[in-house]
Amino acid sequence: MSGSTELFHRVRPLYDAYADCIDEERFEQWPEFFEDVCFYQITTREAYRKSLPIGIVQCNSKGMLIDRINSMKKANIFEPQRYRHLLGALHVESTDNGTIRARMGFGIVRTLESGDSMLFLSGVWHDEIVETPEGLRFREKIAVLDSGCVDTLIVVPV
Amino acid sequence: MSDVAVREQRIQWPEAGVSRVPFEIYTDEPLYEGEQDLLFKGPIWNFVGVDVEVPAIGDFKTNFVGDTPVVVVKSSADTYSAFVNRCAHRGSTLCYEKTGNRDAFTCVYHNWSYDLEGNLKTVAFHKGVRGKGGLPDDFRTCDHNLQKLRVQELCGLLFVSFDEAAPDLETFLGPKMVAHIRRIFSKKVRILGTFSQYMHNNWKLYMENVKDSYHASLLHTFFTTFKLNRLSMQGGLVLEGDGGHHISYSKMATDSGSGTDYESGSLRAQNDEFALHDDRILKSWPEFEDGITHAIQGIFPNLIVQQIQNSLALRLLIPRGVNGCELVWIMFGFESDTQEQTDIRVALSNLVGPAGLVSMEDGVIGSFVQRAIVGNQGRETVLEMGGRSVESQESRVSEASVRGFWQTYRKYMGL
Repeated sequence: MSGSTELFHRVRPLYDAYADCIDEERFEQWPEFFEDVCFYQITTREAYRKSLPIGIVQCNSKGMLIDRINSMKKANIFEPQRYRHLLGALHVESTDNGTIRARMGFGIVRTLESGDSMLFLSGVWHDEIVETPEGLRFREKIAVLDSGCVDTLIVVPV
Repeated sequence: MSDVAVREQRIQWPEAGVSRVPFEIYTDEPLYEGEQDLLFKGPIWNFVGVDVEVPAIGDFKTNFVGDTPVVVVKSSADTYSAFVNRCAHRGSTLCYEKTGNRDAFTCVYHNWSYDLEGNLKTVAFHKGVRGKGGLPDDFRTCDHNLQKLRVQELCGLLFVSFDEAAPDLETFLGPKMVAHIRRIFSKKVRILGTFSQYMHNNWKLYMENVKDSYHASLLHTFFTTFKLNRLSMQGGLVLEGDGGHHISYSKMATDSGSGTDYESGSLRAQNDEFALHDDRILKSWPEFEDGITHAIQGIFPNLIVQQIQNSLALRLLIPRGVNGCELVWIMFGFESDTQEQTDIRVALSNLVGPAGLVSMEDGVIGSFVQRAIVGNQGRETVLEMGGRSVESQESRVSEASVRGFWQTYRKYMGL
C-alpha cells in the first residue's frame, strides 16, 4: 500500500463525519472539526479563480464559526431545512510542513418542510488538514461553489 | 398598445392611493410584460455595471435591462456602447459569456459581424459562392445594426436607456441622489467579490423591502442584538422628486439606546445576553466625514447602493418572470484601501448577502408574501406607517419610501 493510499484512508472518515454532523443537525459539534485559528470560507468558482477576497461567508477563527451557529439558532429567521451532502472523489497529498492538502467534490440536496427538495449547491472543498491530539482538524476549509447564484439563502454550514 | 388596455381592465388601483397596493401587482403576467416595455425600456436609466469591469477597449460585460439581455462594451478610450445581446440576423445570443474582450462582435450562428458600437460590418457569403446565392443587391448593412441603447456614466457607474425620451442621467437621478453617489464613489473602485441570489418572489417585493426601513430591526434580529442599527439612532429618510429614489441613513455613534421600546425588552429582536465569540465582524472605521455609518440608497427601479459601515456594495435586481428575481451583488472597496481596510470590508461582508448574519432574511421574506397572496386577488397591502403621504421624514419607522416607489411606479405604468 502506498503512502498516499494510507493517507486517503486516514482522511476519508473525517469527511464522512463532517457531512454526517451537518446532515444530522449536530450543529454545535460543527466548529469542533476546526482548529481554534482557522479559515473557513464559502465562495464561488469565479471569485476563487480571480482571487477576490469576498465570497459568501468568511470566518477567521473557531469563534466565528460558533457565532454562525449561535446566530442560526438564536437570531436568524429562515424556513426549517435539512441538507444531504453527496460526497464526491477525495484527493489528498501531504505537504512539506506536515499538513495535509485535501480536495473533495460535494453536492448538497436541501429539503424544506413542505417536501420541496432541490440540488441546492455543488462545489469542491479545498482544505488544509492538521493532525492534533484530538484527531484530524481543518486549519483551512474553502467551499468553492460551482455556481455564483445561491437560491434564497445559506444558513446551514456547507 | 392593446396590452395596456388589458392591464388597466385587470388592475384597478385602490382609491386610497399609495397607502394600498393590490396584491395582483405581484402576480399578474400581463402586467409583468407591460413592465418590460413601459418601465425598463421606458424613459429611465438602468444600471448595468462599473467602469472597472470593462477597463480596456473591447472589454464587455453582459447584463439585463429588466429581463432583456444586453451587452455593455468599452468601445473607445472614452466611450461605452450598449446594445441588446441579440444578433440582428436570426436573433441568436451574441455574447454567451459574462465578460470578455472582443475586437468585433461576431455571431457564432452565421458569422454576421458587428463593430464595438454595434454597427453591422460584414455578412458571411454576402455575395454568395461563385456568383450564386448571397444577399439582394439592395441589402444595406446599415439597416441591420444591433439594437443600440444610450449609455451615460456617473462616477464610473454605467447606466443604459432604451428610450430617447429619457432625461439626462443626472436629471433622472436628481440632485440628492447624485450627491450621494458622488459621496460613495469618490475614488477608483476595486471589486472585492460578486455573487447573486435567486429569490422566489416578484422583483417589486424585494425593492419594497429595501425601501422599508420599518422592518430592519424587527425582521433582522442579529442587527439589533449587536446594536448595529437601532431606530433610536440619528437618521432619516430622504426621498427624491416624486419618491422613486430614496436614501435611508443613520449614524451609529449617536445611539443612546434609551427611551425606546428596546429598553422594555418587549421586542423579540432584543437580546443583550448574546455575546460574540469573535467580534471582528463588528469592527469598522469612520469612512465618511458626514458621520453617516449606514446608508441604503434605492435608485428606481432596481438598483441599491449599500453602505453598512465599511461594507460597500451595489445590488442590481433582475426580474426573472413574475414569480422570481435574481439579486446581483457587487461588493467593492477602493484601489487606495490599505490591507487593513480591505480586511475590515471582508469581515463586514459576513453581515450581508445570501448568508449575511444581518440580512439573510431578506432572501426569503419576499417569498413568504408571494406564496401567501395566491388566491387573494382583490385584496391589498397596507402602507400607513409614517402616514399616507410621500415625503422625506426624520423617522425611519416609516413606509414613506415604499409609498414613493409606488407613486413613481404608477406614473411609468399608467396605473
